[in-house]
Amino acid sequence: MRSSSDNAVIRLTDVSVQYRVPTEQIGTLKEHVIRMLQGRRVEYRTFWALNGLDLDVRRGESLGIIGRNGAGKSTLLKVIARVLRPTRGRVWVKGNVAPLIELGAGFHPELTGRENVFLNGAMLGFSQAQMKERFDRIVEFAELGPFIDAALRSYSSGMVMRLGFAVATEVDPDILIIDEVLAVGDESFQAKCMTRMAEFRERGTTILFVSHALESVRATCDRAVWIDEGQLKIAGTVVQVIDAYRSHMAHPPTVGAGPSTA
Amino acid sequence: MNGVKAWRRTPESRVYDSASLRVPFIHELTELGRYRFLLRHLVLRDLKVRYKRSVLGFLWAMVNPLLTMVVLLVVFIGLFRFDVEHYPIYILAGLLLWNLFARGTSMAMRAVIDNAGIRNKIYVPASVFVAAAIGSAFVNLLFALAPLLALAVITGVRPNLAWFYLPVPILQTTLLAFGTGVLIAALAVFFADMIDIYEVLLGAYFYLTPIIYPVTILPDQLMKLERFNLLFAFIDGFRSPLVLGTIPDLGGVLLTTLAALAVTIVGWTLFTRLLDQFAYRA
Repeated sequence: MRSSSDNAVIRLTDVSVQYRVPTEQIGTLKEHVIRMLQGRRVEYRTFWALNGLDLDVRRGESLGIIGRNGAGKSTLLKVIARVLRPTRGRVWVKGNVAPLIELGAGFHPELTGRENVFLNGAMLGFSQAQMKERFDRIVEFAELGPFIDAALRSYSSGMVMRLGFAVATEVDPDILIIDEVLAVGDESFQAKCMTRMAEFRERGTTILFVSHALESVRATCDRAVWIDEGQLKIAGTVVQVIDAYRSHMAHPPTVGAGPSTA
Repeated sequence: MNGVKAWRRTPESRVYDSASLRVPFIHELTELGRYRFLLRHLVLRDLKVRYKRSVLGFLWAMVNPLLTMVVLLVVFIGLFRFDVEHYPIYILAGLLLWNLFARGTSMAMRAVIDNAGIRNKIYVPASVFVAAAIGSAFVNLLFALAPLLALAVITGVRPNLAWFYLPVPILQTTLLAFGTGVLIAALAVFFADMIDIYEVLLGAYFYLTPIIYPVTILPDQLMKLERFNLLFAFIDGFRSPLVLGTIPDLGGVLLTTLAALAVTIVGWTLFTRLLDQFAYRA
């Protein structure tokens, strides 16, 4: 077992998430009623998105999470972000969790950048006053200037991403979740993001970083885990895990199933 | 970056333990209270988005009843002649309260589904979105209240002390709408056709409730059934003080309030029991 477990901020014990997919398409009340009248039961195919996963993350750690599409990375983040309660096992998380927010999720295109900042802050559990304190820094970091009062639908995807990053990082979470979004944005902004992530690491913020860009994972994280078919394949230093993953991808022992959506 | 040092850690560092025992019924209630800021923001978002791109902006919420009134005057006063005192106000008052219920519950029904995007990223108590839907219908009603009272006075209704009772049926309707809202929001997550079914039911409910016609035109059996129609009780409790200056008896008010509360308790129980499964359904 890992040492200094008192410092853990995230602890998953035998976490499993089971999705039930009906074998036939029955999504409506009408179809359910017809089935009940016919005395047939709905049959489900079950599939484990996470299967008996154990994971400890210590305070201040930057953990890279890698794996194929559909391996269970997003489900893992959902379980940690408290969005999904595991079917089995235990999830223990200490502190505020903030993810980066994309357009279509927390942002509303008809509202201005300013309005979206406050709405987003509220979604992250912050009050008006707490967001007011942070507002100027958010605008400054996002480099939006006067556009902060324009409707979000007029923003470029890079601007939205910058705003999302600025909000998520200015609310100063204990645990920051970054799920494959930093690909947008120009180089100078990406550099800025990297600087900020480094600051976060210095200050002891825990970072969970999911990406297919292995080089950014290597640059950002100390440790990494490789998730495959809902299970922890390898955990270790970022270099070890990435090397193992790379060599596996280069010489796959068996032909895997076709990629599914994450 | 000097901004970093200025950052303040939020006072509470919460611990989440998926294994801790919670009573969903109570837990979700406290969570709803904890996210009241978000509730306010969501209601504001709704109002802003609805009126933002229109020239009249928020005035629409007030102009709407006026325009509805004109239509009603032309259609109903011209075509049907019911023997109702202050008929235009009678209909308008009924419609406003009906809209609170109908719009509120329709939006509430979609609330959990429509916000799946955000709820897949961040933990937010799902009931906040339902509450916001009802809240925005409630605020819309408040906007329309001033023009309603103004129209009442203009068309010859005498202002009277019974008007102080008007908030009661509004709050009763809001409670009923919330209870119904959480119930159908939970069902809509599991049954895709719930939305269509509800719209049909809502349409039938509109005509079965004496809103645009007086209850007295109904045949005896139906009229007796209307005693069990909570929404009718509230609409009636809204119109009588407004138009006639009479207040319903206290016993009836208590009874109907308890009934609305019962609906809410049933809805909330179902909603909070199914809560954990919402995320498993896209």
